[in-house]
Amino acid sequence: MIRRTVDVVVVGGGPAGLAAAARLARAGIDVEVLDRESQLGGIPRHCAHLGFGVRDLHRVLTGPAYARHQVDAAGRAGARLRPGVTVTGWAGERTLTTTSPDGLEQLTARAVVLATGARERPRSARLVPGGRPDGVYTTGQLQQAVHLYSQAAGTRAVIVGAEHVSYSAATTLHHAGVRVVAMVTDQPRHQSYAAFDLGARLRYRFPLLTNTAGLEIVGRDRVEGIRIGTRLLQCDTVVFTGDWIPDHELARHGGIALDPGTRGPAVDTALRVDRPGLFAAGNLLHPVETADVAALDGRFVADSVLRHLADDTPSTPRPAIRVEPPLLWIAPNLVGPRRPPRDRFLLRTQESLSRPTLMVRQAGRLLDRQHVRRTVQANRPVHLGAGWLDRVDPAAGAITIALG
Amino acid sequence: MTITRAGALPDDTYDVAVVGAGVVGCAIARELARYRLRVALVEAADDVGTGTSKANTAILHTGFDATPGTLEARLVREGQPLLARYAAEVGIPVDPIGALVVAWDDEQVAALDGVRRRAEDNGYRDTRMVPLDELRRREPNLGPTALGALDVPGEGIVCTWTTTLAFATQAVENGADLHLGAQVVGVHAVDPHRLVTTRGPLSARYLINAAGLYSDVVDDLVGRTGLTITPRRGQLIVFDKFARPLINHILLPVPSAHTKGVLVAPTVYGNVLLGPTAEDLDDKTDTASSRTGLNYLRDKGKVILPRLLDEEVTAVYAGLRAHPGRGDYRIEVDAARRYALVGGIRSTGLTSAMAVARHVVGELADAGLDPGRFRPLRELHMPNIGEVCARPYQQDDLIAADPEYGTIVCHCERVTRGEIRDALGSPIPPVRVDGLRRRTRALAGRCQGFYCGATVRALLDGSMP
Repeated sequence: MIRRTVDVVVVGGGPAGLAAAARLARAGIDVEVLDRESQLGGIPRHCAHLGFGVRDLHRVLTGPAYARHQVDAAGRAGARLRPGVTVTGWAGERTLTTTSPDGLEQLTARAVVLATGARERPRSARLVPGGRPDGVYTTGQLQQAVHLYSQAAGTRAVIVGAEHVSYSAATTLHHAGVRVVAMVTDQPRHQSYAAFDLGARLRYRFPLLTNTAGLEIVGRDRVEGIRIGTRLLQCDTVVFTGDWIPDHELARHGGIALDPGTRGPAVDTALRVDRPGLFAAGNLLHPVETADVAALDGRFVADSVLRHLADDTPSTPRPAIRVEPPLLWIAPNLVGPRRPPRDRFLLRTQESLSRPTLMVRQAGRLLDRQHVRRTVQANRPVHLGAGWLDRVDPAAGAITIALG
Repeated sequence: MTITRAGALPDDTYDVAVVGAGVVGCAIARELARYRLRVALVEAADDVGTGTSKANTAILHTGFDATPGTLEARLVREGQPLLARYAAEVGIPVDPIGALVVAWDDEQVAALDGVRRRAEDNGYRDTRMVPLDELRRREPNLGPTALGALDVPGEGIVCTWTTTLAFATQAVENGADLHLGAQVVGVHAVDPHRLVTTRGPLSARYLINAAGLYSDVVDDLVGRTGLTITPRRGQLIVFDKFARPLINHILLPVPSAHTKGVLVAPTVYGNVLLGPTAEDLDDKTDTASSRTGLNYLRDKGKVILPRLLDEEVTAVYAGLRAHPGRGDYRIEVDAARRYALVGGIRSTGLTSAMAVARHVVGELADAGLDPGRFRPLRELHMPNIGEVCARPYQQDDLIAADPEYGTIVCHCERVTRGEIRDALGSPIPPVRVDGLRRRTRALAGRCQGFYCGATVRALLDGSMP
């Protein structure tokens, strides 16, 4: 067992972790990025389509090119990049235990940034009944199978879900020579850009079935179809897309408090969790935003880490920020000493809302009222400006966000 | 040691053919391998342990609640210490965690004493009534309507996958031939028996029917009548490892006349099981789960352990147990036909398998099988896939000697490339992802392949770039 000390450990070498590490290393900090995969870069590694880097790099790249860019940037800045290292648990407040081909290690840091990302809920976690045949995927598995390993993925597929990632799945299936039989969603409409939906459905010619309920997988060795109510769609592949859940395992093992809405660590607007020197960033906090938004979180959290390293003062009370139904969650979800990344809060709604008004209240006092000038769908971001933070009374308890 | 998967079967005559490579058939083949006998283990599927043996609750029973005086009661009682000792010897994960039979209404409270007396009739004397305050202390997350419990400290959990595989491996390493993909479709019950299989004929002087759900079909083929095996489906929900700290024991329902009921139990892999349902079916292949079944289990789970439902579900599966017409095992030796039926071995078969094997071989010897000289079996050590002992990724010396044990492929279950390599190079290697999962736990975790599914398939196919 090797025992070492570094200034900062970043767990997870995806968009958020690499962006944080690059900025910290540029500031002269001794920073180490641990990633359990054999290649750094995170999810974009296997997203072959374009659209990455818009908000952070102001260019348009494919996922793999974006991942390479980020890895190179962090490496050039001087961050120590360690793929193939799994953080297995905690041995102290800021001490991590790891396993790698080099053996076991205990790594103690002055600050730890958790950037472990999010995954799609698999079929079992969605409690979709039926047989357990081969041919059932999540988008993540499908993309790796097709783009990293050139594996066959059947001939006819049904895509479950109709958000951005679902259309990525359609692209990947097309690339693998698989015909999309249908896309199905339990929502009343798709939850992506109109152009994505139209483009994909014109190009690949599949129907979008909405308000679907009661899915069931049919097949024993290989998928034979998916039952939707009484209707059977014949296919040999089913891809479960979206329905993201944060990979909060390491946070939970460390006893870090979670936000009940996001199920990621509860963080304040400086992206600090409930323990000094521990931070979180990226889609672990908001399942999920695009990679560039995660990367901007990473840049932002680096500054919070620098402040912590320079001045380790105890924090003031951090009122909780809660949402009321039909809003599902908000991130960040505690008031902190900084304005949040991109000067805004991210929210999700359970159902489609037409031009909603968001009311921000503390102890019955209205802090702010913001009008959203469009219809927002489930699974799509709702933004709340952070200007009202100046009016928060740190001693007056929780803040609630509700529809007006 | 011979394992065949395709082509014609050997044309010389075996001393014994065992039909069915589930936990019972494998245990019998292993028992026979102690003697100088030519043994064939004939299996319809392409792997061992793919039927009832792979999808059960994996409880190592004391037999406290069996029907006293039955063969099942005796063989479970005898089999439990045999398997516990064997598990320690070869490295099968076992956790002697103990069970609480929990009463949820006054009627059940009243019934607990009957359960205790039945346990005593079965020779199990370690039960004890647990008053409510003690129950709350020992299981603080139990639902608020629990009224009391009976402590059954001898109950435990075991790895069903490793158990079957260990029996099969030891059988083949000691001379038995394993023929996979050979479904028995006909039997000419002469001397020797001529089995017609989907891979051609096979001759054997003695025939043991351990075909599980299909033991009635094979029994018919031998020319007997009267056995009907009903597939009784049990759906189970496996909860995330974060649910594991919620319980400290196996939580059993008070058995009623109709059913053994729904239990909540930890697994040796660190998850929590909720189930099973009990649905009698006609179709012996219907291992699908149903919405009704899953809702029923969730409703039960809500009562037993309300916080369980807050955790994510890792897996859902359904197994079919072989339910005989009446309430006991059907083990019958037909000396004239040189035939043994080992049927109706229900969910207790995992615990009783070694005792069943010993019993059947003894009965066959009485019926004329000359086993020849006894010889000690070659030692076996199985890879540990349980959380009860250290796993490879936790062992510095192992990784230093072989860095592949430090290369984690399946992140949720922390399965290393070294373990996958070992499984693929093992005496009975898997041919499907499902088989690799049962040997290593790869893909058995919370992400169900989101991260490693493609990599694991590439390793299995040998197409890793």
